[in-house]
Amino acid sequence: MTDKLDIILNLNGRDHSIRVEPRKTLVDAIREDCGLTGTHIGCEHGVCGACTVILDGETVRSCLMFAVQAQGKTIRTVEGLADGKTLHPLQRAFMAHHGLQCGFCTPGFLMLAANTLEQHPDIDDEELREVLSSNLCRCTGYQNVVKAVRAAADEMRNPAKNPAN
Amino acid sequence: MNDTTRATQWIGQSVERLEDPPLVTGRGRFAGDINFSRQLHMRIVRSNHAHGKILSIDTSAAKAVLGVVAVWTAADITDIGPIDFREGPIEKLAPYRQPVLATDKVRYVGDPVAAVFAEDPYVAEDAADLVTMEIEELPPLLDARDAPGEFSPGKDTEATVLYQGYGDVEAVFRDAPHIVELKLTSGRHSGVPLECRGALGRYDASRDQLELHGAAKVPHRNKELIARMLNRPPSSVNCFESHVGGGFGIRGEIYPEDILVCAAALKLERPVKWIEDRREHLIAANHSRNQHHHIRAACNDDGEILAIDDVIHHDNGAYVRTHATRVAMMTCGVLPGPYRVPGAYRAVCHFRLTNKTPAATYRAPGRFETTFVRERLVDAIAHQLNLDPIAVRKRNAVTVDEMPFKRPLEALGEEIHFDSGDYHKLLDQVLEYVEWDKLNADLAARRANGEMVGVGLVMFVEKAGLGPVDGVRIQVDTSGIVEVITGGASIGQGFETVMAQVAAETLGTDYKKMRVIHGQTDRIEHGIGAHASRATVMTASATREAALLVRAKALDVAAELLQAPVDTLDIVDGEVVRRDRPGGPSISLGKIAAALSNTSKTLGGRDPGLSADGYFHVEHQVYPYGNHLAVVKVDPDTGGVQVLRYVIGYDIGRAINPMLVKGQISGGFAQGLGGALLEEFTYNERGDPLAVTFADYLLPSLRETPDVEIILTQDYPSPLNPLGIKGAGESGINGVGGAIASAIDNAIGIPGAVTELPVTPQRLKAILDARLKGRIHG
Ligand code: FES
Ligand code: FES
Repeated sequence: MTDKLDIILNLNGRDHSIRVEPRKTLVDAIREDCGLTGTHIGCEHGVCGACTVILDGETVRSCLMFAVQAQGKTIRTVEGLADGKTLHPLQRAFMAHHGLQCGFCTPGFLMLAANTLEQHPDIDDEELREVLSSNLCRCTGYQNVVKAVRAAADEMRNPAKNPAN
Repeated sequence: MNDTTRATQWIGQSVERLEDPPLVTGRGRFAGDINFSRQLHMRIVRSNHAHGKILSIDTSAAKAVLGVVAVWTAADITDIGPIDFREGPIEKLAPYRQPVLATDKVRYVGDPVAAVFAEDPYVAEDAADLVTMEIEELPPLLDARDAPGEFSPGKDTEATVLYQGYGDVEAVFRDAPHIVELKLTSGRHSGVPLECRGALGRYDASRDQLELHGAAKVPHRNKELIARMLNRPPSSVNCFESHVGGGFGIRGEIYPEDILVCAAALKLERPVKWIEDRREHLIAANHSRNQHHHIRAACNDDGEILAIDDVIHHDNGAYVRTHATRVAMMTCGVLPGPYRVPGAYRAVCHFRLTNKTPAATYRAPGRFETTFVRERLVDAIAHQLNLDPIAVRKRNAVTVDEMPFKRPLEALGEEIHFDSGDYHKLLDQVLEYVEWDKLNADLAARRANGEMVGVGLVMFVEKAGLGPVDGVRIQVDTSGIVEVITGGASIGQGFETVMAQVAAETLGTDYKKMRVIHGQTDRIEHGIGAHASRATVMTASATREAALLVRAKALDVAAELLQAPVDTLDIVDGEVVRRDRPGGPSISLGKIAAALSNTSKTLGGRDPGLSADGYFHVEHQVYPYGNHLAVVKVDPDTGGVQVLRYVIGYDIGRAINPMLVKGQISGGFAQGLGGALLEEFTYNERGDPLAVTFADYLLPSLRETPDVEIILTQDYPSPLNPLGIKGAGESGINGVGGAIASAIDNAIGIPGAVTELPVTPQRLKAILDARLKGRIHG
């Protein structure tokens, strides 16, 4: 009942050739078959968003997809967010504003925020709160998550103003 | 013994966390990220019945599945006893411990009955579905207020009755001018960290070492407990903590699954990995908070509380787990909070088992519940005696002149001694900050306009820093990197950063040049872990002691190498320099470490290594304190509650890293908000759990969570430790249930309306509908 299929997953610009059962979820394939464990599993139900990745420019919950469905698409995970050793503005802002405690939800929030800011660089506070309400964090009370994303958004819009650049 | 007045370089600074870089780049290592070659995957088969006799279990179909290596039931592990108490044997409670796999009865939905071990996690899950069992259903007991039933032959479900108190309660009540009485319930909820539990057992036969990976919270205690249960010498067992996706009291206790992966690693001679799924987590990991209080207060005309008499029914779920009666006992001891209660006090707690998930600690155990109960009581006194609720609080709160304040009650086995503080001052600060009178006038005006808005306030005392002792080893390597080896644990609270700040401050180094070790039982012999807000107080104080010794040793060697008197030397940025000759000769800590190597000529009669062990002893816990204030708006149509504003005043004694303290407080608040309004483990009349996914167990999202306004004061550094610290982990959650309940009463104009947490829309709607009916009929 469990014939395996050969598929190729393109993660962060790199092809991974793997053999998976058709029922294997995308998040399990990313973590176990491709070895990128930064994408987390908090519910496997599509509620928490810990498994959020960017698939062809859209944020998806990788626990709700099968790996085979992601063939031929480009997938971005938290491991690909930094540019080599240079952290993404969101990563820096999460550190500067204490936007994480245990860090388990963080990859999901980073990918959600990264995609949102890429598509809507001018997002206002209310819309931003709305978007960020789709992921769960149990540690921070969200206050600093919002602050961090806001700060990164401002920096990404006005890179010149950032002293780090 | 305080040195809080000296100017500081690292302590008190909101520096970025050492923990963050791997976590923001996806390089963390949580239990699920750990793999060992040839590992097996375990899947637990759980009871679907709340209560029943096990007639038979059939594992044959599961065993026949390709890739299944073993399937165990209780019959396969008769050599392993039930999960023991963390603090050692307790004879009276021993019969109520949870077996690793259910023996003759199942006692809650989720009770582990069998364990499947397979080559692949998907296969293990398939095979687990094929395990069948015949259960003769027994009626479930679901309310701790109902008459106890049979737990096992000769044992009923009232495991014990606890008592704390003083004075002649009957006499004070007989003579008191007023008696105020309430019945209150705190619902079942729990920590629910975002990462489910995980455990990996591995046995290295070449060294005869058993390892548990994915340990958390109290790895050293757990090492002892595992050794005891598996009948091995403790020196042959080690626990390893990796990244932990939230602890909150529930993670890191020894559960059946931890013992199973260890036992299986030994018997099957392969590493065994278990990762919990969310449904399992919600029915199998510890629940908490479920208590019913019938409380009475005897009062004077001015609202002075003379005596309190509380009868508690504590619903502990199906078994007594590692904590034994800790939460219930704490409840009895801390209930009076900041108030004097001079006449008499009595708390009698019926510690009862029901056919629900076993319960134990969750952040601010016994305090979230009692702040709700006590502050409801104070509001009721104010209402019944027609007094101002703030005035009643002030009348009763211990004053600064009464400090230190002793009370013949105990918390965690110690008599309660409030070490320091000015409760009145902090309360005034909060009232002033929110402009209390104006706020009330504004809200009253809005209510007059038909809006249901209101404000509520509570006072509380926290506790932290349980002793008696903690030790830390600090060693500097030849590159100058400082290793701080602690027996603490990090559950996401910034432990490494805080310890690094304390060590760096004392040593004179950069806090970033630190490597803080925690949760590795093979690195240090003792450890208290991370619970009861102990880490900052105890482990930080021990870190300071060790750093002082290392500093002294470094200066001693440097004095010899630099040919200078010790008292002219200082350590700046990891270099020993001469204070009297800026820019003169200096020597780095790395070089000093090299000069102390076992073959070095400089060594002389000294012990090798730039290292030292430091210990910190303490006799009493510390008691930080605070207030919570909530402003809420009720939707009369749905019964929904929106928190418009939330203010927390808290005196922390001294904050090592204010940014992290505030993070702890706002995170705790969000959890409290869940417990006050959203989160509840409910059951139907058969004992089936109804909250088994995040769609029915509702964690607050950003949408429900307002920003918290935090007034963090450092007015009363604790006299009990040299850093003056008091701990912060539990202050954000403590008063949320109480403050929101009070604000809802105020918003809907029905004093005492809220008697049960969480105040779900259904419950509040029922309260509003009942009033409507009362009006129509009355
Ligand atoms: S794990 Fe995918 S949404 Fe929770
Ligand atoms: S930081 Fe722990 S869940 Fe968000």
